[in-house]
Amino acid sequence: MAPPTSPRAEAAPPRAASPRAASFGEDAAGLGRARAAAFTAPALILVAVFLVFPALWTLYLGTTDYRLTGIAASDPRFVGADNYRDVLGDGEFHRSLWLTLQFVVGSAVVGQTLLGFAIAWVMRDRSGPVRRLVEGLVLLAWILPSSVIAFLWIALLDRDGGTLNALLGTPGTAWLLDHPMACVVVFNVWRGTAFSMMLYGAALGNVPPSHLETARLAGASTWQTLRDAVLPRIRGHVLTSLLLVSLWTFNDFTPFLITAGGPDGRSEIMSVYVYRTALGDGRLGFGAAISLLMILINLVIALVYLRVLRSRRAPGNAGEAAA
Amino acid sequence: MNAAVREALRRIGLATFVSAVLGFFALPLLWLAFAPFDANPGIAASPPEFTLHNFKVLMDNPYALASLRNSVLLAAGTAALVVTAAALAAYALSRVRVPGRDALLYVLLLLSSIITGTAAMVPVFLLAFNLHLIDSRLGVVLVLTGGLLPAAIFLLKDFTDATPASYEEAARVFGASPLQILRHVVVPVIRPGLATVAVWTVAQVWGDFLMPFLLLRNPDKAPASVIMYTFYTEGGQPDLALISTFSLLYSLPVVLMYLFVSRRYGFRFHGGIKR
Repeated sequence: MAPPTSPRAEAAPPRAASPRAASFGEDAAGLGRARAAAFTAPALILVAVFLVFPALWTLYLGTTDYRLTGIAASDPRFVGADNYRDVLGDGEFHRSLWLTLQFVVGSAVVGQTLLGFAIAWVMRDRSGPVRRLVEGLVLLAWILPSSVIAFLWIALLDRDGGTLNALLGTPGTAWLLDHPMACVVVFNVWRGTAFSMMLYGAALGNVPPSHLETARLAGASTWQTLRDAVLPRIRGHVLTSLLLVSLWTFNDFTPFLITAGGPDGRSEIMSVYVYRTALGDGRLGFGAAISLLMILINLVIALVYLRVLRSRRAPGNAGEAAA
Repeated sequence: MNAAVREALRRIGLATFVSAVLGFFALPLLWLAFAPFDANPGIAASPPEFTLHNFKVLMDNPYALASLRNSVLLAAGTAALVVTAAALAAYALSRVRVPGRDALLYVLLLLSSIITGTAAMVPVFLLAFNLHLIDSRLGVVLVLTGGLLPAAIFLLKDFTDATPASYEEAARVFGASPLQILRHVVVPVIRPGLATVAVWTVAQVWGDFLMPFLLLRNPDKAPASVIMYTFYTEGGQPDLALISTFSLLYSLPVVLMYLFVSRRYGFRFHGGIKR
């Protein structure tokens, strides 16, 4: 959830063309290599110790029988690829993989994308209180802390006194017990749609009004307009947002706050599964093996994303990328 | 005639869609709006019997206010560390030609997006354990800083790149040392960037649940995100008066911060997000 970056281009005064100024070249403040290295070191050390090292350590941990307690805690044994074989053959892993797929595809790829686009499209040429209200509520769902949001949904779906049951006249329906995965998916659509809405809002502002006008005059239906005039212009944005929301949703731990993976693991997506096996059951080696699989999946998504971004920033497309 | 019917249907369809969206997004929030002021908060959202008594319940709870203070400590500590380290690194990387700089930044950004708290919770827990950082706020701050720094450096480098070098050259002509130049010329110019990174960091840390949940044992040190979770799992029944007021108090800072940022800088998307 990076914030908008608006590098405010400071009005640059014309560069002093004196030979003296030019001689400083790149290193205007006269920092020098040694000082530059010293400036960079704190950040690099922190990143190395707390970000890079853990990832490398996962590689090693995944090949041991490391446990939180007991003999294997003090003297872990090398077990080679055993953990990976166990993980890949584990029925619980298969279930969590399947649930994660439902979570990512259902809530992020389909839910957030379609709803976010629909809201952006409907609001594109509106202004005034309705638009502010809709956008405000959608954003609120995005910016409130996850613990608060999780409790709001627990209250909404409560079996005995929940608002939803009161509204629908279905007292006693235990949504979270009967349909845990569906609840988590709908919850995540609610929570994350803001990002797609804002991104598509910005993207739609990029479609030349003349294109839409032409489509309207030609008598094109909404669907035809979207397909022929809008989609080709915002294809890059769609791909970007799909990859980002997939990455974020895949790594989201918030469902733990609502269902804790239950009942009977029926909403145990992979992030929750890692937590339960590694820190709940204390099987750190086994958990590390799953962690590594998660990192690999992240790597694939992120590489595709960076590749897409690079091609969008290529010279011919600069205008679109800077949008 | 036909066109008029179609237009009417279109308007009805739009109005239905907008109402459905409003309902969907407002429904869970109703409870947060009503329950804190309700003399008898139930689990269902209902118009309140107005009272401020619930806030007294909050003040009396030993953990509630302390946890908000912990959240402030974690967020402020992380923001200070992220802004300082990122500003120094971004400035050096922006001004001094280092071989392989772009590749380094690219790899850092890639790593920070794939090594997330959830994917790396096992090694991060063990690392904190071995460095004796379990149950230490500093541990949480350091882990979070490591994860946020690459993106922060990226954001700030944009700002420093946009700073005209002639300012610094002029200062140097008058005999300023590099550190003086940094403090008196560069920092004021990139202040919007520093503010952006600080606000972004605070927002990330303020809502974070996993890392403090993983690394802190003592409830006295737990931030609001974790303490809130204990209000409704221990003791069986959730303490609704407490949870509702606490939720409101805990949410306010991020909402205010968002309003401030959107007023001041415009909350819109420029450039790729997370480039």
